[in-house]
Amino acid sequence: MLEIKNLHVKLEDEDKVILKGLSLTVPKGEVHAIMGPNGSGKSTLAYVLAGRDGYEVTDGDILWNGESILDMEPDERAAKGVFLAFQYPMEIPGVAGLTFLRTATNALRKKRGQDELTTPAFLKLVKEKGAELNIDIEMLKRPVNVGFSGGEKKRSEILQMALLEPTLCVLDETDSGLDIDALRVVSDGVNALRNKDRAMLVITHYQRLLNHIVPDKVHVLADGKIQKTGGKELALELEKSGYADYTGKAA
Amino acid sequence: MAAVKETIDQVKEIDVDQYKYGFETKIESVKAPKGLDESTVRYISAQKNEPQWMLDWRLDAFQRWKAMTEPTWAKVHYPKIDFQDQYYYSAPKSTTGPKSLDDVDPQLLETYKKLGIPLREQEMLAGVQSSRVAVDAVFDSVSVVTTFKDELKKAGVIFCSFSEAVREHPELVKKYLGSVVPQSDNYYAALNAAVFSDGSFVYIPEGVRCPMELSTYFRINEKNTGQFERTLIIADRGAYVSYLEGCTAPMRDEHQLHAAVVELVALDDAEIKYSTVQNWYPGDKNGKGGIYNFVTKRGDCRGHHSKISWTQVETGSAITWKYPSCILRGDYSRGEFYSIAVSNGYQQVDSGTKMIHLGKNSSSRIISKGIAAGHSQNTYRGLVSAHRKATGVRNFTNCDSLLIGDKCGAHTVPYIEAKNSSAHFEHEATTSKISDDTLFYCRQRGLTSEEAVALVVNGFVRDVLQQLPMEFMAETQKLIGISLEGSVG
Ligand SMILES: Nc1ncnc2c1ncn2[C@@H]1O[C@H](COP(=O)(O)OP(=O)(O)OP(=O)(O)O)[C@@H](O)[C@H]1O
Ligand SMILES: [Mg+2]
Repeated sequence: MLEIKNLHVKLEDEDKVILKGLSLTVPKGEVHAIMGPNGSGKSTLAYVLAGRDGYEVTDGDILWNGESILDMEPDERAAKGVFLAFQYPMEIPGVAGLTFLRTATNALRKKRGQDELTTPAFLKLVKEKGAELNIDIEMLKRPVNVGFSGGEKKRSEILQMALLEPTLCVLDETDSGLDIDALRVVSDGVNALRNKDRAMLVITHYQRLLNHIVPDKVHVLADGKIQKTGGKELALELEKSGYADYTGKAA
Repeated sequence: MAAVKETIDQVKEIDVDQYKYGFETKIESVKAPKGLDESTVRYISAQKNEPQWMLDWRLDAFQRWKAMTEPTWAKVHYPKIDFQDQYYYSAPKSTTGPKSLDDVDPQLLETYKKLGIPLREQEMLAGVQSSRVAVDAVFDSVSVVTTFKDELKKAGVIFCSFSEAVREHPELVKKYLGSVVPQSDNYYAALNAAVFSDGSFVYIPEGVRCPMELSTYFRINEKNTGQFERTLIIADRGAYVSYLEGCTAPMRDEHQLHAAVVELVALDDAEIKYSTVQNWYPGDKNGKGGIYNFVTKRGDCRGHHSKISWTQVETGSAITWKYPSCILRGDYSRGEFYSIAVSNGYQQVDSGTKMIHLGKNSSSRIISKGIAAGHSQNTYRGLVSAHRKATGVRNFTNCDSLLIGDKCGAHTVPYIEAKNSSAHFEHEATTSKISDDTLFYCRQRGLTSEEAVALVVNGFVRDVLQQLPMEFMAETQKLIGISLEGSVG
């Protein structure tokens, strides 16, 4: 279970406060969506969950399976099952996708006390998971994300998610930049990973995604806090009326 | 090199600071008296039973060296070296020259094994499977053994220690020694010419493609002892050879001097590929100790359509002063320089190349990747020149620098001289900082900060890594990772 309690976050180098007492609970086996206006702090929340530098938690706590993760390094959190599908995945020139995937897979397996995968076993796995996401092995011979289209980057994030077997999946606008067919492929990929041991937090601007990945709950994040929580129908409501009710400004 | 991998893992267990090769072999040695004067030169020559012509050549070099002064133009800083406070010759007592493996002190074999260089041919075959590498092992001032000699001999290839070449192949040595790097070329080259102790000699006869990789493995063990090896490689018409040089030294608090000379000669249609993985002790993380590496490496593309390619991976030494160069004398000759220079701690690297185009339609390519971390300074210094009569020459240069942290420096100093208007020179250079976002991305996927840096840096140097012989690629990737340990977080 993910428990975010009264989380206050400011930028380390500036006085800007972004999250102002955010609380949220996602039980295992559930998928929650977070929607909210641009700049409301959705990506910030995702980064703080994953342990990125540059943010200061001034109050509150984040517990994953009852244990605070705030003092953990990003790779320790990853070992505990935290995975972030980035809104803007990074390019790594000169590092072939396969090398990256294999290094990451084995680094995590080692940290989790599992045996490293042999090259044939790994390749078999990648081919299998890649096929489900329409990712050809040729694409993975290219450097990580370099020259990838927006949609290719997002699909490759989901492939990483499938290989690294996380238990807490945070998806930051994984639907943006996807064409209609790719949206279905990616959604199917995510749905295939839904199970009783996984919690998922899906950040999106569009109700459309939630037709494919049907959430157990929808939260509205605005002004640094969860302003409202509801069922999947809340997304439809937002689609119509925008965020005016939550920000005090017209949409 | 599976064998290398295994032994590197073993050496890792010895784990001294971050430098994995810092152990010392306790072995009795024969040394020249401390200091340097004419008698030192005579002593070294006598130790090796050299003929008179060799001694005369050394003495001539010594006279020239005395009249020279240390160069100061490089961007490196170090206290003045006291050349009288050094030993110039040291040899393991048990070894008077290269002989059969059965005569080599088991301690020495053990040392090389620990370093990942198995010298017994059967061990090598067991570990390396399909690929075979012939090794000349130089310990302090002498070559202790050369492997696969018989098989090479069948192909007509001469691969032996320099001392042996002086005795067995004087006509070749006389003809080529100093013909690329003259005695008075520069301060350190002159010093080397006077006191050089050993090194490797290679001759590939006309039309022969050397049947295996050749490699020399240098190890400085003795305290306060300079190492001055000299390598001479000649590829006769249409010959081909790929050669690899590796080096390590124990960790010591005082600095040690290493001043080597490498001369390459490629005749018509010949090709020499020379790779170096330089991993001398770099000093500790506060800049104490480490090797001063002042090296002169030059290749002469003497014949038409000849080719010389330098690939270097520089991770060690406190100071590196090194410019493997090509004299492109032959028409249509080709020079290449691929370099990875990694500096961390207080290391100072001033390295690069010279491509001197004298022949018509000669071409050259320079790819340099500098990675600076810690408090280190990393300079690329390069010269590309075209002679007045060398029409139709081409050069492409690409220098990229990567900075890790904000206390290090990367510098690019390119000199370009075109004395005729048909020269076509291209130069690209970039400097970037390793990106926190990229590191975070890797760490989110489960890599520690060190693993993340190693991965990103290995991607940055990929173009150059691919130039290394296959057998050494994986090892080198690992070495780069090890060299950058402690550079972030
Ligand atoms: N490192 C940073 N430096 C400066 N400002 C930042 C930084 N990180 C976040 N911010 C600011 O904090 C606010 C929240 O940003 P965040 O990226 O979390 O929003 P978001 O909800 O993900 O927006 P979007 O829907 O556009 O992706 C924005 O005003 C943003 O400019
Ligand atoms: Mg965002």
